[in-house]
Amino acid sequence: MSAPAPSMFSPDARATAERLGLSLGKPNLEAFAETLLELARHDRNIVAVTSDSRGSGKLVPFGQALPRQLIEVGIAEQNLVGISAGLAAAGKKSFAVSPACFLTARALEQIKNDVCYSDVRAVMVGISAGVSYGALGSTHHSLHDLAALRAIHNITVLAPADNFETREAVRAAAHAEHPVYLRFGKAPMYGLHGPDAEFKIGRAVTLRDGDDLAFIATGETVVHSVLAAAKLAEDGMNCRVLSMHTVKPLDVQAVIKAAKECRAVITVEEHSVHGGLGEACAAIILHAGLSPPFRIIGIPDEETVTGSQADIFRHYGMTMEGLAAAARDILRRAEVAV
Amino acid sequence: MTDHELRLKSIRYRRDVLRSIARAGAGHTGGSLSCVDILNVLYNRVLRVSPQTLEDPLRDRYVQSKGHSVEALYVVLADRGFFPAAQLETLCQYRSPFVGHPTRKVPGIEMNTGALGHGLPICVGMALAGKLDDAPYRVFTLLGDGELAEGSNWEAAMAAAHYKLDNLTAILDHNTLQITGHTRDVCCNEPVDEKFLSFGWAVRMVDGHDLAALTEVLQAPAEPGKPTCIIANTIKGRGVSFMENVAKWHHGVPSDAELELALAELEQAVGEQAEAQA
Ligand SMILES: [Mg+2]
Repeated sequence: MSAPAPSMFSPDARATAERLGLSLGKPNLEAFAETLLELARHDRNIVAVTSDSRGSGKLVPFGQALPRQLIEVGIAEQNLVGISAGLAAAGKKSFAVSPACFLTARALEQIKNDVCYSDVRAVMVGISAGVSYGALGSTHHSLHDLAALRAIHNITVLAPADNFETREAVRAAAHAEHPVYLRFGKAPMYGLHGPDAEFKIGRAVTLRDGDDLAFIATGETVVHSVLAAAKLAEDGMNCRVLSMHTVKPLDVQAVIKAAKECRAVITVEEHSVHGGLGEACAAIILHAGLSPPFRIIGIPDEETVTGSQADIFRHYGMTMEGLAAAARDILRRAEVAV
Repeated sequence: MTDHELRLKSIRYRRDVLRSIARAGAGHTGGSLSCVDILNVLYNRVLRVSPQTLEDPLRDRYVQSKGHSVEALYVVLADRGFFPAAQLETLCQYRSPFVGHPTRKVPGIEMNTGALGHGLPICVGMALAGKLDDAPYRVFTLLGDGELAEGSNWEAAMAAAHYKLDNLTAILDHNTLQITGHTRDVCCNEPVDEKFLSFGWAVRMVDGHDLAALTEVLQAPAEPGKPTCIIANTIKGRGVSFMENVAKWHHGVPSDAELELALAELEQAVGEQAEAQA
């Protein structure tokens, strides 16, 4: 069953997006599936491997168009990853597609050993990541995957923000020589990039410039950061927004630059506040000898509040409104401190 | 290579395994001695692999799922010329590629293994790739019997039958012991033949120390449309009287005196083999 999915965006957020000229695209999940099919049509070595997840992965058209390139293993995530590693070791470019919650928990040892340690050209695709499954509850949430994979050597971790970044990330993963983890959700996303946008693994994208505050966000929290920055601009605050689509290897220079040039830094992720993007940025900033006012916004270490993805985002202040409030708060405190 | 030559090799492999483990002060003695005859037949008579085929997409694949018995694999690979035997003296040393479980840093090793329950799913992937490419290679894995408690084996067993992978052979090193004791006492997996049969595999039984019988069963064509499980009945610690069927030799390291005793027994076995041949 699928829980009803209320909009991730409040009426005010939608109006703000309209003022920015952003148009609502499709879910990144669909952008992924279309891109993979397009690539696989031209490269028969690309195979999608699913664990009864072709429907959730939007790969039904893929299976119909290229039946020999879709391998179904049933509900067996360990086997999914082990088989994908074996396929890759034998010359295939395998994409193991499964909900992020199962893929990166149940099959973590297979990712660590069969994929990363053996260094095969396999791509792990964690679909419906973070709290995408909302009201289905914590069994279906993945708030640990960035932390777990950051601690495993030899895997690039990508969490694209919009359809453009998703397409680019899938293409980059298909050409990667080493393991890649792709993470995204299933809510429709606004397009955030202009026509001359560039995507490079390990290079943050500056979506807005400014030096009052920097939002360093990843995945599907980026759009909310962009909207918050737009909202704050109405009050004369110029906020930088970085889309940190590559969580590993992190764009160290972009983080340091933001910490040096902006009066405060807020990181945003659809993940536990432990071990993800925020703590990665904090370590970089401290190692560089900097100490800007700094806040990590994500899911705190508690039993996650129940409700839809939109409810959970709102509850933990990950929407436009919540992020704008956090920015005002951190800047006000910074001024008081001065 | 004659059966006689092969038997002498097995004795020499056992000697090299024991020396390597004693020198390193670490290793999995019992399991290496129980699977060394299987590896002997695989690498000397069955697998189409050599130091020249490392990158050949059509080579046969062998993945040692029971990675802890790596010393036997190292000794056999050295004998087959994948690397100079002298390199094995660095086993388990600082910066040595010869780690206590297989890694691809060592020429001839296909995948990094050591966590149990990983080899069979990997081999299903390799065999599937072979089917997709209509490639003629065969894929082999070696499983421990204690290892069968890992559920991932049974996920893979199901998938192998579903995809009719008759290019896949799983060899079970059925020595009935694991680190704690008898497998039937730890968590019984018998009757293991019926389990594989009911999963849709072809099952063959063999004496895992009978080189001629191993040759026959490993060279036999597969039953069309079915993966093959070869249950090799073996003796943990085989070849050294005081190590045979003793669970503590799972990762026991022989002392100098024990090594001497073991090598003397193997020396005697060489003599007996020569006599039998004459
Ligand atoms: Mg055993």
